Amino acid sequence: MSAATQHPSSRWTDEAMTRRVRRRYISERIFRGTGLAAISLSVLFLAFLLWNMGSKGIGGFTQYEAQLPIDFTKTDLFLDPAALKGPDARETVAGADLTTALSSAAQAAYGRDAAEMFSDAAVEKLTDKIVADPNILTGSTTLWLPVGSKVDVAAKGNGDPAAERVVNLLNQKHALHRAFNMQFLTGADATDPSSVGVWGALKGSFYTIMVTILLAFPIGVLAAVYLEEFAPRNRWTDAIEVSINNLAAVPSIIFGLLGLAVFLDVMNLPRSAPLVGGLTLALMTFPVIVIAGRNAIKTVPPSIRDAALGVGASKMQVTFHHVLPLALPGILTGTIIGVARALGETAPLLMIGMRAFVAAPPTGISDPATVLPVQIFLWSDEVDRGFIEKTSAAIIVLLLFMLLMNGLAIYLRNRFERRW
Amino acid sequence: MSLSLALVAILIVAVAAGWFGFARASRLRTASRLHSLPSYHGAYAALWAAIPALLLIAAWAPMQWRMVDQAVLASPEGKALPNFEMQRESILSEAHEIASGEREQGFNPQSSTIAPRIRAEESRFAVMGGAAAILIALAGAFLALRRNSAEFRARTGVERWAMVVLFAASLIAILTTLGILLSLLFESLRFFRLYPAQDFFFGTEWSPQMAIRADQAGSSGAFGSIPLMWGTFFIGAIIAMIVAVPLGLMSAIYLTQYAPSRLRAWLKPILEILAGVPTVVYGYFAALTVAPIVRDFGLSIGITSASSESALAAGSVMGIMIIPFVSSMADDSIAAVPQAMRDGSLAMGATKSETIRKVLLPAALPGVMGGVLLAVSRAIGETMIVVMAAGLAANLTLNPFQSVTTVTTQIVGLLTGEQEFDSPKTLAAFALGLALFGITLLLNLIALHIVRRYREQYE
Repeated sequence: MSAATQHPSSRWTDEAMTRRVRRRYISERIFRGTGLAAISLSVLFLAFLLWNMGSKGIGGFTQYEAQLPIDFTKTDLFLDPAALKGPDARETVAGADLTTALSSAAQAAYGRDAAEMFSDAAVEKLTDKIVADPNILTGSTTLWLPVGSKVDVAAKGNGDPAAERVVNLLNQKHALHRAFNMQFLTGADATDPSSVGVWGALKGSFYTIMVTILLAFPIGVLAAVYLEEFAPRNRWTDAIEVSINNLAAVPSIIFGLLGLAVFLDVMNLPRSAPLVGGLTLALMTFPVIVIAGRNAIKTVPPSIRDAALGVGASKMQVTFHHVLPLALPGILTGTIIGVARALGETAPLLMIGMRAFVAAPPTGISDPATVLPVQIFLWSDEVDRGFIEKTSAAIIVLLLFMLLMNGLAIYLRNRFERRW
Repeated sequence: MSLSLALVAILIVAVAAGWFGFARASRLRTASRLHSLPSYHGAYAALWAAIPALLLIAAWAPMQWRMVDQAVLASPEGKALPNFEMQRESILSEAHEIASGEREQGFNPQSSTIAPRIRAEESRFAVMGGAAAILIALAGAFLALRRNSAEFRARTGVERWAMVVLFAASLIAILTTLGILLSLLFESLRFFRLYPAQDFFFGTEWSPQMAIRADQAGSSGAFGSIPLMWGTFFIGAIIAMIVAVPLGLMSAIYLTQYAPSRLRAWLKPILEILAGVPTVVYGYFAALTVAPIVRDFGLSIGITSASSESALAAGSVMGIMIIPFVSSMADDSIAAVPQAMRDGSLAMGATKSETIRKVLLPAALPGVMGGVLLAVSRAIGETMIVVMAAGLAANLTLNPFQSVTTVTTQIVGLLTGEQEFDSPKTLAAFALGLALFGITLLLNLIALHIVRRYREQYE
């Protein structure tokens, strides 16, 4: 009798049993629901992050332009249209005080608040217009010019009251419209958010990544081949394997310290240059490529090697004529993922001084340059509100590149990788 | 300039030697049977011409500027420079910039007088190095071509070179590790000579502002790393893991045990995107969007010290970044549990969740723990999120709404700004780097050890 009270009933028809089973199924559903909630939450985080960056940054690709009637005969530009010919025309126009001319024209048209509505970007565009057609200087004309950052931010919805008033006035006169911001794609860093661009940073990223790929890919592949196909089992090989596995887990900022101490201090290479950035990132990417390469070489079946050896190829010929070409798609996939990571890397490049203000796109691997992620970091530090949307817009550009590279890696994997 | 000319010359010599070897072997082929194909004869000569010479240039290039400086200092103009080292260095670096045409004139008139000297010494040493390299290339080509005959085993020679290149490529890994260790150790030792090591490791005050003049107030220059270690641990190992471990683990369980395969095919790449987002983007997100929300929430529940650079904002965003990492580690460990254990549990009438909770997870626990340790090591080495979202104030606090600072934040803070390579501030960054390197290495070794022991259990 006592045994029956100790063990719960196990008959399906008993009410206690059905209740217990129901409880177990409920907890099953709860557990399953928790799992679904966890993964949904992760996906929602990603969606929120992308939406957040997208909605903030999309405005950075556009720029408000205002209509400005300007009477050149009333400005003190002292420019002679007849003299504005030949290669020096641009310099002559740039030497004239266009900023004041714009300011007084804006005041004449839209009142005192509008005095500072235009900035460098407008001056630049006006210069272009005058150089293209000096004859506009003889009379009055109406131009569409990009507004300065303050008015631009106000027009997009949250500026200070003075700028807000200018925007309202311009809207009443239908003198304000939104245009695509070409400057953002073709320009470099600047102090004024309305004339900044990502081209300089993109070029810096391109040179840096080129140096990284040219160094890390061949060396990484050769090291992978050595470790997988030739390395004898000894202490050297163990040391190499241990260092590669450790290097893959070393924080990226440590590579920056290494670059600072070795490339800048000992080797005296140029500071802030894509050459040093690329070298540093190459050291960081190299172990990733070796690990990916070894995995890819491992999947090539031994029968291929045996067949090639059997017809008289040397070990070196087997490796370079047969194994490596078959492993290449896998190696490339791993390389692209490693390079994409290097492309988004910021911290080591801050260490080697790639955070300087660089207003001109670099023209080679030893010019001072910055890269896109560092540019994002620099802009995020700026106090001017106009930089918020520029930072987010630059993030959109960076994310597009990451997506492109990862997409390429997935395509390569699906298209070329063989299952043996 | 003339070193790159020498480089071109070496390549020309190599190509010529290669072509010459190939042509001669092809002629021999008409008369007798060759051991190696003519292309191997060519490659053999080209490799002997190129590799030793290139090695010489690679060794020479980084040495050259030191030799130039020494020669300049030994010259009459150099002897006139002030003896004080820092002053001399700055004049020299100005003179270098003038010599390379980067600037017209230095602040110090002496830099203009020694600039021509630098230019002369530079070209002298470059000609010396370049000429030596070209001579070695020619000698290599000559020696290699002399062995050109029908019986010569050129292929074996080429393969021996290939082997050397392969081995050298894999040695880069050891060299990098050594480079990291030596540079960190070396600079840290210099720091500990200026600042006692026990104060660095056990001091509780961190304020790296150094007095520039002796009478300046309020700049003690204290380098006690305990507050930084705590901040790093608080953000990376506590807050981030509170976010990442449950979400990552439950995501992995849902993906591997419950999700239909078509849903899994969509969800896995999405998680991978979360891992691929650059950290600077997370940092911006944390600083601009999450931090104000956290601060307002803190203020609304009555925590008046809530900072806009709170530990919670940085830690939670870091946790989101780590989710895919934890998830894939957990995924691997759960997949490694033998199918028989799962089948046994299900056969006894356990529900799926009971099987997971009472059989799979306990069995996978060591693997999951190892994965979490790896995630912690990654989180404490992460830089951009904390640089952008956590503060610079070194507080020893348990309040997640307050600002704390981390090792990586301080490294960035110490090394950006005006840099004197010998100041304790700069050297302190290397000491912090050494500590960071040691901690992450230790965590990785422990984690790998746990994971490996656990794998062996089931194999």
